[in-house]
Amino acid sequence: MSETDWPLFEVFIRSRAGLEHKHVGSLHAADARMAIEHARDVYTRRQEGVSLWVVRSADIVASDPGEADALFEPARDKVYRHPTFYAIPDEVKNL
Amino acid sequence: MYTQALDIHGKEPVPAAAGEAEAPAARFQARIDEDAKIEPKDWMPEAYRQTLIRQISQHAHSEIVGMLPEGNWITRAPSLKRKAVLIAKVQDEGGHGMYLYSAAETLGISRAEMLEQLLSGTAKYSSIFNYPTLTWADIGAIGWLVDGAAIMNQIPICRCSYGPYARAMVRICKEESFHQRQGFEIMLTLTQGTHAQRAMAQDALNRWWWPSLMMFGPSDADSRHTAQSMRQKFIDITVPQAHFLGLTIPDNELHWDESTQHYRAGPIDWSEFHAVLKGNGPCNRERLEARRRAHEAGRWVREAAAAHAARQRGGAAPASQAGEPT
Repeated sequence: MSETDWPLFEVFIRSRAGLEHKHVGSLHAADARMAIEHARDVYTRRQEGVSLWVVRSADIVASDPGEADALFEPARDKVYRHPTFYAIPDEVKNL
Repeated sequence: MYTQALDIHGKEPVPAAAGEAEAPAARFQARIDEDAKIEPKDWMPEAYRQTLIRQISQHAHSEIVGMLPEGNWITRAPSLKRKAVLIAKVQDEGGHGMYLYSAAETLGISRAEMLEQLLSGTAKYSSIFNYPTLTWADIGAIGWLVDGAAIMNQIPICRCSYGPYARAMVRICKEESFHQRQGFEIMLTLTQGTHAQRAMAQDALNRWWWPSLMMFGPSDADSRHTAQSMRQKFIDITVPQAHFLGLTIPDNELHWDESTQHYRAGPIDWSEFHAVLKGNGPCNRERLEARRRAHEAGRWVREAAAAHAARQRGGAAPASQAGEPT
């Protein structure tokens, strides 16, 4: 029983036309085609989607949670990027 | 779908790994305190990781073994509709096992390791599946009672601190509600049938009632309060449903307590629970044997798929390769 696992794939589903693919989970498969078939069986038994993406987990490059502060901090003090930063008198309409 | 307080016997405390830094531990605790989720790459104490691996993998094993008692009736379901429903339900259990194995893998254990623990008998799974499904009515009783108790046990896990486990449980709980309803509908149909069908429904209730109550775990466990209050809630919800079906709960001491507004049940025979947990239930050996057989019977398929994948990549498949080293 010294089998090793098949490669891990991440599964993304487009729930309906017009929406983006969204990550739903992962699974093991021998190859990409089997990953699509398994994704169909495991993640779309109730018409959850109209399109599937599978990506080898090993091919995903992720940011380091330990560096999240350094990575995202520069956006924190730039509230002027949001429309609510600007005070406009109530009498002014359509702005 | 099926959990019970399995961890109550696994009391071995996991020692904290030496050298766990102070600062990450404080950050971890702060996130737990503010109900924030912990994600796979976040720092976590070794005891937290090990407890989760054990709990999630036991839960996954329970889903997988849980396919067996119900799978037993797929070929003998009384109509095409019932057969289609039962197949869909068993497929769901398989799917739930897959979600949970994936969640456990994010903690650093491999699928192969978990499978090995199940097949070698070192891992636990919910002992409710070590009872046999003797008649078609058992399929109704399992959906109604066993899934009903499982749903009650599982809803709190949707809010657990570990993100992948919580997300898997949200998906599972969404899919569970049809399981319980189809089970009750089977019981309803039987109780509206012939005398023999009503007797079959009563017999199934007689055999599944007490094991279902045991799914909440012993009252002497650390989680006594939760186990007992959930069991009470289950009893209060289920007794009127049994009355609706015209069935009798197999408990002579069961009565309505006007002062507390609860049903009072008789004492549970925990020696049976412990015997089944230790491996001496009616079907413990049969269940593991069925899993091992399925695993061995599928070996050539796994090997063929791996060989095909290797050929597609342009390399020759090593003769003994059953998976790909990653």
